[in-house]
Amino acid sequence: MNTLKFSIVSIVVGAAVYFCGRLIGIGYVFFAGYTILQFIALSSAWNILGGYCGYVNFGSAAFFALGAYTTVFFYKFHPLPIPLLIMIAAVVSGIVGFGMGYLTLRLRGAFFAIATLAMAVVLQTLVVNWDYVGGSRGAYIVRTETVEIAGFSIEYIQYLFLLMMAVAIIAIVISRAIGRTQLGFGFATIRDDELAAEASGVPTLRLKLIATTISGALMGMAGAPFPYYIGYLQPASAFALDYGVNSIAMPIIGGTTSWVGPLVGAILLGSLQQLATVTISSAVNLLIVGLLLVFFVVVAPNGLVGLVQEHVRAWRKK
Amino acid sequence: MDISLLINAIVAGLLLGGFYAAVTAGISISFGMLDIVNIAHPAFIILGSYIAYFAASSLGADPILVSLLAAPLFYGLGAVIYQIYYVSFERRGQESLRGLAFFFGLLFVTEVTLILTFGVDYRYVEAVYIGPSLHLGDIDFPLRMVVPCVAALVMFGALQLFVTHTFTGRAIMAVSQDQLALQLMAADPIRIKRIAFGLSIATASLAGALLIIIQPVEPSVGREYIGRVFAICVLGGLGSLPGSLVAAMLLGVMESLTSTFYGPSWSPAVSFGFLLLTLAFRPSGLFGR
Repeated sequence: MNTLKFSIVSIVVGAAVYFCGRLIGIGYVFFAGYTILQFIALSSAWNILGGYCGYVNFGSAAFFALGAYTTVFFYKFHPLPIPLLIMIAAVVSGIVGFGMGYLTLRLRGAFFAIATLAMAVVLQTLVVNWDYVGGSRGAYIVRTETVEIAGFSIEYIQYLFLLMMAVAIIAIVISRAIGRTQLGFGFATIRDDELAAEASGVPTLRLKLIATTISGALMGMAGAPFPYYIGYLQPASAFALDYGVNSIAMPIIGGTTSWVGPLVGAILLGSLQQLATVTISSAVNLLIVGLLLVFFVVVAPNGLVGLVQEHVRAWRKK
Repeated sequence: MDISLLINAIVAGLLLGGFYAAVTAGISISFGMLDIVNIAHPAFIILGSYIAYFAASSLGADPILVSLLAAPLFYGLGAVIYQIYYVSFERRGQESLRGLAFFFGLLFVTEVTLILTFGVDYRYVEAVYIGPSLHLGDIDFPLRMVVPCVAALVMFGALQLFVTHTFTGRAIMAVSQDQLALQLMAADPIRIKRIAFGLSIATASLAGALLIIIQPVEPSVGREYIGRVFAICVLGGLGSLPGSLVAAMLLGVMESLTSTFYGPSWSPAVSFGFLLLTLAFRPSGLFGR
């Protein structure tokens, strides 16, 4: 299936999910669904750098927050429609992703991971001290009850849900397309043996910069509608490490080698967390994620997708 | 600029730096010498704080004494973690991505377990040396900073003597340079690494007690230290304990000056900014080879 067909199929599936949500007719479905879609976008974005290239980014929260604060900035400066804000956020986070990559990607593995964590804290400190976007007090975003699209009036949360659906689809389509082109093979050579790749003429630095830019831009896009979703944004919630740990845990639990893993991981873990938040508490939530992450990296290093593939292979041999 | 304010800020920074050295010691061993990116180290430090808090509040014991008694337990914990790490990742050559994720997961499990057990309230300990302060002219030496600094320096000195003057210590230095060569000398590198990693976690016990003497602690405080410890470790040059000590002092002074003259909300950016600059322009650190 080529990328165009795949995009069309994704859009159809997305639309089907939306209308199923409308049939259920409970507002909470969209509220919870938004979070899961957001995690699909974040984990697919993380996987482009982390899963394909093998470079661990702990600073997903920083890119997410960049997107969110781009929205806050324009909200104060001159309110723009959210689709436009998503595009601007993509540009801003993409540039920061490129800059970070340029500064740190000559470092191997662990140093890069630590540098991303460091960048998240530096950005958070800057935002805390920047009064225009609310500083440490946070910023309120007022949204309307309903929104008009092409003559139809729909609830705002449904509008946000649809936007996030679009972002998630974009992230998945890009992630899948990369995996099937020369770019993806280049990324895989970096993951497997960077030195050998470099020696064979793979332009590793350029490829890594492409990966950080795309990955950062997608994370920013996932963050842009967030202030409208939550209504009140403060640095602690935008830069929460939860985003960091979730966007790592989901691909690893799902499987990092293809676009399917992050999708499966995000849907499973995202739904599980929604369930745990409602039934138990939000602290238990992170405990579950942490335990599952440790369990999967130790026991099933290739994630759920890897487990299924092993079973299929064993079954075919019989 | 007020000169006594400046001197006070520098003294406070040096004392703080001594404490940072204690926090970094474990990372200097695990990351610097063994190449294990133990990003969960600060979480173990917080665990140490809570053990000190628990013993101090229920038994009235001295936090530093408690931490020394708890250190063997931490050593055991470290040895077990290393064994899991070795079997699951290092042996298969998968330590970079999955090993990092493993420690990141441990960080969260430890932190959330502490939150579920003790809640998110700030906890603190009582001890005779918390409160009073020595004065030398205009300069203050608050004992709650002096005691941790001295304890940290003693620990650092002991570690340095251990790695340079004992067989096991020298073997740890050797394993960081050439594992195969060590194996050819009939020393088991895995055993040496297990000892070293156990030791690195054991330092978290003392560092945790010192932390709760200096400031009230809640479970997520550890995150602030992730950047600091790695900044210090990289700045000092990997695998160099004296380098780490100097870097810790340097960072302490810079943070103290920043928070005195620009306000405390800027001080987290100092360590992380420094780390980013070091990584970008001099990845081998100030004292690295």
